[in-house]
Amino acid sequence: MDLMTVLQVLDSTVRLATPLLLACLAGLFSERAGIFDIGLEGKMLAAAFFSAAVASLTGSVWLGLSAGIGASLVLSGIHGLASITFRGNQLISGVAINFLAAGMTVLIAEDWFSQGGRTPSLIAGGRFDGITLPFAEALRDLPVIGPIYYELISGHSILVYVGFLTVPLTWWILFRTRFGLRLRAVGENPAAVDTAGVSVVGLRFAAVAICGVLCGIAGAYLATGLQAGFVKDMTAGRGFIALAALIFAKWRPWYALYSCLLFGLLQAVALRYQSIEVGGLVIPVQFMDALPYILTVVILAGFVGKAIPPRAGGEPYVKER
Amino acid sequence: MTLMHKFLATAAVLSLSAGAAAAEPALIFDLGGKFDKSFNEAAFSGAKRWADETGGTFREIELQSEAQREQALRRFAENGNDPIIMTGFAFGNVLGEVAPDYPDTKFAIIDMVVDAPNVRSVVFNEHEGSYLVGMMAAMASESDTVGFIGGMDIPLIRKFACGYVQGVKAVKPEATVIQNMTGTTPAAWNDPVKGSELTKSQISQGADVIYAAAGGTGVGVLQTAADEGILSIGVDSNQNYMHPGKILTSMTKRVDNAVYDAMEAGTDIETGIYVMGVGNEGVGYAMDEFNADLVSADMQAAVDDAAAKIGSGELMVHDYMSDNACPVE
Repeated sequence: MDLMTVLQVLDSTVRLATPLLLACLAGLFSERAGIFDIGLEGKMLAAAFFSAAVASLTGSVWLGLSAGIGASLVLSGIHGLASITFRGNQLISGVAINFLAAGMTVLIAEDWFSQGGRTPSLIAGGRFDGITLPFAEALRDLPVIGPIYYELISGHSILVYVGFLTVPLTWWILFRTRFGLRLRAVGENPAAVDTAGVSVVGLRFAAVAICGVLCGIAGAYLATGLQAGFVKDMTAGRGFIALAALIFAKWRPWYALYSCLLFGLLQAVALRYQSIEVGGLVIPVQFMDALPYILTVVILAGFVGKAIPPRAGGEPYVKER
Repeated sequence: MTLMHKFLATAAVLSLSAGAAAAEPALIFDLGGKFDKSFNEAAFSGAKRWADETGGTFREIELQSEAQREQALRRFAENGNDPIIMTGFAFGNVLGEVAPDYPDTKFAIIDMVVDAPNVRSVVFNEHEGSYLVGMMAAMASESDTVGFIGGMDIPLIRKFACGYVQGVKAVKPEATVIQNMTGTTPAAWNDPVKGSELTKSQISQGADVIYAAAGGTGVGVLQTAADEGILSIGVDSNQNYMHPGKILTSMTKRVDNAVYDAMEAGTDIETGIYVMGVGNEGVGYAMDEFNADLVSADMQAAVDDAAAKIGSGELMVHDYMSDNACPVE
């Protein structure tokens, strides 16, 4: 394996990890505030569809991105209404959102475009193209550093950089601002927050809304950054892998980055090499695909540290009478 | 209650009279949906062609869930529709149970073999069509490395791959074929993102023509190939129009002809296994204005020559599904 091959695999890792990372941070905000969200998949899917549909109708990728975020926010609103306002079961609401998105996207796509649940292929202007960072061309010929900068760091679409910058931003919001402190508190002990005179419902809705925005960016990246259009069920389980990554990261932003990069790397390696030989032992590609889930179970079982979810997670807050 | 009885009786009479009226053919689409731009849509266009040409009518239903398979079949059979045509291998088990219950009704199933006296099993020689596009890929390739990206890892897709490799090796025995399958679950049919990554990976390994037999995943393959400036090959329907001038050709599977033939034959349809290969234009490669500049006269002559030889039986393409093995890698 030479440097180029390693760089190509890592490049692929970055592309595959970005939607996971955005969805994972989305789930992090929501779950830190005590709202479990297994509807990440559905929100990404809806965002992927609406971003591609609007981008193809208007020719503007930025309008597409807004539409994707909007669609994801609407679903977040439904989730919030069901599980915060009406105190319904958060898991059931999440499942409902996944089903709703899977059916609705194909139905609307068929009605608008009549292409079997697809959107037309997006042309230039309707997609996020890779951007070349400054000096990438100039530094290209430098040994080692040049190729790394040119191949790996430069040349991704802007949403990738947004995704990676969201990590420190999330850390700063959650651990360095008053809003973040309250948001974490509402996921641990909502009664205490309520006693302090802060609205539990308001905080939880804010968290769910942030979750919607991030899922929207993740979906738009799938449809208009990585691809040029929407295909039915194109999220292909990424929302669930993001949830696994969230548990693996123990609900912490920096760990979320590492776990998403790890899962992305596993996928990239599995795609590059269909089977890997390690000292005469052949590892089948299916094992690589299953590894994220296996690792998550290992973490959950408490073999490697302990994953403790926010204490008030999954429980609707009822004020004492 | 009497009112209810009256309604029921009327409904029963109506349905009986509808059944007696005519032996209309019926067509059942699989879960992919009628307008999937591929398999099911081809079946629909065949039925429509038959209806336009003969002035006949046909009944149709789009399945929404697995549970409806048997229901739809029995309803059409009870209704007196004949023949009843269904698209997709997934009907195999259900038809095996339903067909003996209606010995006077004829059934046709596409892509699957069901052993019953009143069933026509239409199978396609995808390996022959893949062989032809494999030859074209080898002739169009400048790096002598070509790629294959399959959807879900099932024997049918290995059959495509095996035919393709044989075609490539027939032209350039030294050429390398990089093969990848997208996954092992049905999600592999609709994961264009993975399709794109596989394409990029194959390009970095030197491939300059990539054949996608991967359903919705193929959309990502064709897109990335076009973006990166290499050629790709579509599958099932003619997909040349998706990226004009960037898609070398498409391996076409004439599901429309299979449906048209079955409807044309009507109640006199011959049962048993009905093979659609290169010989009877069941499979082939697509030529139109979108890829005319990519395919030279020499290439077309060579491929047509091979097609004629396959049709006459002079050239045998190995079928992966006959022994679950491929003689070439």
